[in-house]
Amino acid sequence: MSELQLKSQRFRTERERDWRQLEALVTKAEKRSASALSNAEILAMPVLYRSTLSALSVARETSLDQGLIGYLENLSARAYFFVYGARSTPLEQLNAFFSRDWPRGVQSIWRETLVALFVTALGAVVAYVLVGADSDWFFTFVDPGLAQGRDPTATQAALRATLYDGADADGLSFFATYLFTHNAEVALLAFALGFAFGVPTIVVLLSNGAMLGAMVHVFVSKGLGYEFGGWLLIHGVTELFAIVLAGAAGLRIGWAVAFPGRQSRLEAMSGAGKAAGAVMMGVVIMLMLAGVLEGFGRQLITSDTVRYAIAGGSAILWGLYFYAPRPDRVMARIGR
Amino acid sequence: MTMAAPTPAERKRMRVLVTPEGVPLNLELATVGQRFGALALDLLIIVGTVVAVTIALAIVFAQTRGGSAEIIGIVWLLGMFLLRNAYFLGFEMSARAATPGKRVMGLRVAARNGGRLTFEAIFTRNALRELELFLPLSLMIAGPIMALQSDMGGWIYLLATIWCLIFVLLPFFNADKLRAGDMVAGTWVLRAPRQKLMRDMADAGAPHQADHSFTPAQLDAYGVKELHVLEEVLRTGDRTTVRAVADRIARKIVYDRRDATDIEFLRAYYHAVRGRMEQGLLMGRRRKDKFDRSV
Repeated sequence: MSELQLKSQRFRTERERDWRQLEALVTKAEKRSASALSNAEILAMPVLYRSTLSALSVARETSLDQGLIGYLENLSARAYFFVYGARSTPLEQLNAFFSRDWPRGVQSIWRETLVALFVTALGAVVAYVLVGADSDWFFTFVDPGLAQGRDPTATQAALRATLYDGADADGLSFFATYLFTHNAEVALLAFALGFAFGVPTIVVLLSNGAMLGAMVHVFVSKGLGYEFGGWLLIHGVTELFAIVLAGAAGLRIGWAVAFPGRQSRLEAMSGAGKAAGAVMMGVVIMLMLAGVLEGFGRQLITSDTVRYAIAGGSAILWGLYFYAPRPDRVMARIGR
Repeated sequence: MTMAAPTPAERKRMRVLVTPEGVPLNLELATVGQRFGALALDLLIIVGTVVAVTIALAIVFAQTRGGSAEIIGIVWLLGMFLLRNAYFLGFEMSARAATPGKRVMGLRVAARNGGRLTFEAIFTRNALRELELFLPLSLMIAGPIMALQSDMGGWIYLLATIWCLIFVLLPFFNADKLRAGDMVAGTWVLRAPRQKLMRDMADAGAPHQADHSFTPAQLDAYGVKELHVLEEVLRTGDRTTVRAVADRIARKIVYDRRDATDIEFLRAYYHAVRGRMEQGLLMGRRRKDKFDRSV
């Protein structure tokens, strides 16, 4: 009987056990997670994967059993994603993100950051001048729902009240959550719009700046400039910076789409996406912090000096965190 | 990776990944239809969860007579935010690299360069959903209302719709079926169905080998392609097909089956042909199909 067995059949019988074992391991890892595997199983996986892969190349050359080749192809691909897609633990990933990927991403888009900052400032200045010339312009720039009565028709007393009305702490955490989710969606949208050659991102940044400029004029013209600065900047440093960074990340993508340079358009895009993605994850975190500062800090702290101190402190902290030179960068440069 | 020989459309979707060991693996890209199906399932799950959570929170609100309004508001807002963003992130970070919708459709996300799928890549490909999915959706809902309110609105609505469609329909216009998020993140979506190890059809042929003897000329009548078709026929085992195929082969190779049944004859023939062809393979001879005269 055994001489009747084909070589390819014998090949299969001899190795089938290994394949089944690998299949069981991969299925287990896919069903739950990598951590469901024991140490011995994790060590066995690459060995089984390589033997299956070599069986596949042998089978392609010597076997005509389609079912077998299809199975091996499928199993090898599943195991490949697992063996080469093996990720570090979540803690290591978090560490790498905060110590390396995020600040490096922000540094790598410094040009776009300057452009985004300039565009925002431009919007602010233009709106400031226009509202100064004719206060009706205010309503073009600022959504009445957002202004909540803080418009040129308001009296000085009413405006002053809006800056310090944090006495009752009810509903603050809801407010903070609302601000965070709202701002995060806006930032994500500004980033995603960058894909359309960056033009809509510029529009979003301009209108954001214009809203700011118009608001500033309302308060400055009533002699409340200093007080408004504290009210705005306590969270605004973090929030505006985050929105500028989101815009910058969008512009980076848009630039890669429009002018890929020597690379292919797809390569340029995914290269830009790598840095911009890290920045955007950071932006969401910044907006979460800004939401807390806006919802709690601003409503509970009514002293201008403390407000300015928090604003200045956060500016210094972000600046140092993102742009201060790092030892590992120096090492990387020497390595190059 | 399907059992039957790939159709031209399937071959067009095949991509080759060369592993670090130097073995080329054939991967199949997901079709736009499969991806749309997966997305529709995911959206159904999300909307279903939204409805369920809202009802649950409303019950809590009624039970506490409005006392927990703030907490309920926070849970709802954060829940919506997480569902909209973290749903895709969390599932695509898992070992399967697929949302429940993709799992049902047998799809997975993978890095285009064959490397590992990073968290940044998954974040980026889902951040772009704002542009490709949520913006067009909100335009679809809010657009007509805005268009009715002002006289200029109609034109702007039309332009905005066209503009959005460019991004929505992007996967139709590139060979790799990439959506904008895939382009920026450097990912693509592959078919990853699970395949069972099936019976070797030659196993059933061995017992009948003794009752049959074929001449070399009879065994050389066909090529690899026909052998694969025969494998399919045996695997499916459909009675009428088996009979028709057996008759045709017997006629072509001029073979007297004597009292052997159709299936017995086919099994024996399959076993004998495969043995001969595989011997040829060892000598570097591979006959593609019955028209191949090169060997």
